[in-house]
Amino acid sequence: MSGGAPGGASKSDIYRGNGPRLMLPAWIFIGVFLVAPVAIMAVYSVLTKEFRGGVIWDFTLAAYDQFFLDRGLFGDEPASIEWTYIGIFWRSIWQAGLATVLCLLIGFPTAWFIATRDVKERSVWLFLITVPYWVNLLIRTVSMKFLIRDTGPLNELLLALGVIDGPLALVNTNFAVQLGLFYSYLPFMVLPIYAAVERYDFSMSEAAADLYASSWQTLRLVILPVVKPGIVAGCILVFVPSLGAFLAPDLLGGAKTFMIGSLIEEQFKGAAGNWPFGAAASMILLTIVMGVLLVHARAQTKGEK
Amino acid sequence: MAKPVDLRRFTGFRAITWLCLFVLYAPLVIVAIYSFNDSTSITRWGGFSLKWYVDVFTGPEAPKFRDAAINSFSIAIGAAICATLIATAAAVAMNRTGRFRGKTASLALINLPLMVPEIVTAVASLVFFITIGFKTGLLTIFIAHVVFCIPFAYLPISARMQSVPDVYEQAAMDLYATPWEAFRLVLLPLMVPGILSGFLLAFIISLDDFLITNFVKGAGVETLPTAIFGSVKQGIKPNIMAISTLLLGVSVVFVTLSWIIGRAGQSKR
Repeated sequence: MSGGAPGGASKSDIYRGNGPRLMLPAWIFIGVFLVAPVAIMAVYSVLTKEFRGGVIWDFTLAAYDQFFLDRGLFGDEPASIEWTYIGIFWRSIWQAGLATVLCLLIGFPTAWFIATRDVKERSVWLFLITVPYWVNLLIRTVSMKFLIRDTGPLNELLLALGVIDGPLALVNTNFAVQLGLFYSYLPFMVLPIYAAVERYDFSMSEAAADLYASSWQTLRLVILPVVKPGIVAGCILVFVPSLGAFLAPDLLGGAKTFMIGSLIEEQFKGAAGNWPFGAAASMILLTIVMGVLLVHARAQTKGEK
Repeated sequence: MAKPVDLRRFTGFRAITWLCLFVLYAPLVIVAIYSFNDSTSITRWGGFSLKWYVDVFTGPEAPKFRDAAINSFSIAIGAAICATLIATAAAVAMNRTGRFRGKTASLALINLPLMVPEIVTAVASLVFFITIGFKTGLLTIFIAHVVFCIPFAYLPISARMQSVPDVYEQAAMDLYATPWEAFRLVLLPLMVPGILSGFLLAFIISLDDFLITNFVKGAGVETLPTAIFGSVKQGIKPNIMAISTLLLGVSVVFVTLSWIIGRAGQSKR
C-alpha cells in the first residue's frame, strides 16, 4: 500500500528504530506456533509410522512412496503408479476449480452491479454480501445439508410444485459437495472483484463506445483485462480454501466424494491413523497451494513493472 | 454522438445479484424458520414454537452446550484481545517506524496464517503440541486461535493507521511528548475504530473456527462448533437448528457492530 497521507506529510518515522521490537510478538507467535509446526510436520512426513498413530524416529520415504506408488498388497510387486491418492487430489482440484468457475459466473456480475450503484446503496449491498461470509462455516454447511436432504425443504417444494415425482437424492453426491463449496466461498469472489471494478475508470468504456464497440465487446476487450487482478485474486480466494476444504466434503459428501481434507483428517483422527502419510499428504497440499500463490505473486510483480 | 446507453449497465446483472443474495441467505433463513417448528419431525411444519430454544437451555443436552458456549466465548475473548495487541504493535511497526530489516518478510509472516490451508495448520498444530509434549486442551485451542486471528485483527487496524495522518503525533513530539506519550495520548485514541473493528473480526473468527479447534482441543473439551459437529454427525436435530440460529444471530450482531464502527471511523475523519 503506497500513497502517502493527504498533504504529503511523511508519516512513517515517528517511532523509528522500534520496528523490530514492535514486530517481535507477531514474529514469535506465528514463528513458534505456525512456522515451527509446519516444519515439524515436514519432518514427520519422512518418519516411520507407529501402529495406531504416532511415529518412530526412523527416516524413510515410505509415506511418499505409498502416496505415489503401488507395490501390491505385500509390497513385493514391481512399482506402478498408485492412482488412489492421486485420484483424490485430482478430484479435489477438479471440484475446487469448478467451484471457482461457478463463483466467478455469479460473483462477477454481482460485484459489477454493486460497484456501479450510488455510494450509499453500494455499502448496503456490500454489507449484505459480507454477512454470510462471517457466519460460521459449519452452520452454513449444516444449513445447506438440511435444505437438500431427501425429505428437506427443497425436495418438498419441488414435489409440491410437481417438478419431480420422487425426492432427489442429493446428499452424498459430488453435486452436493460442489454446491457446498460454491456456497461456502461465494462471498470470497465478490469482494476482490468489487474492489477492482470500483477503481475502474469509466472513461475507457466511453472511449470504447465512441469507437462503436457494443457493450459486450467493451466488457470482453476493455473491462475484463483492466479488472483482471481482482478476478484472479477472487479465484485464488475461492480455489485455495476449496482445495483443502473439510466440512463440505465431510457433511455433504460420502465415501465416494473424498477430498484432500478428509484424507488428511482420517490419517490423524481416524482409526487407521498413519501420521507420516497424513503429513506427506499435507505437505503435498501445501506445495500445491504455495505454488498457486507463488505464480500469482510472480505475475503480479511482473504486471507492476 | 454518444449513444443513450448507460455504460455501467449490463443486461441481467441485477437479476444475478439478487440470485447471489438469494443463494447466500436461503439456507440460513430456512434453518432459522425451522428452528421455531413445533413438530418433532424436523421438516414437517407443525406451527410456531420456542420449545427447541427452551430445550437448548434446559434440555438434557443443556449442560454440554453451556460448557461448550463458555469455552467458546472465553477463548474467543482471550484470543481476540491477544491477537489485537499483537496486531496493533505490528501495525505501528509497519506504518510508523520507517524502514527496517525484515519488513517485507514481516508482512508476509503476518499474512501466513491466511495462506496455509486450514487443514494443514490444524494437523501441524496437533503434531507440534504432541511433539513438544504439551497437553492438548483449552490452552492449546487458545494459542492456535491467537495465531490465525492475528491477520484478521491486523487488516482493519493497519488500514485505519494508514488513513490517519501523523501530523497530530508530529505536533505532540514537537511539544516534547515522548514517543510512548505520542502513541498513548494521540495515536491510540485516533485508532479506536480500527482496533475495535479488528477485535470484533478476530472474535468472530475464533468463535467460528471448527477445523483447527477439532484437532487441538484434546479429549473431553468442546467448543460450540465442535459440539454442533458432533451432534450433526448423528443427524440434524431441531435443537441444533436452534443453537445454529442463536450463533448466527451473534455473528450478525458482531458484523453489524464492526461495520457501524468502521463507518463511524470513516466519517469522523
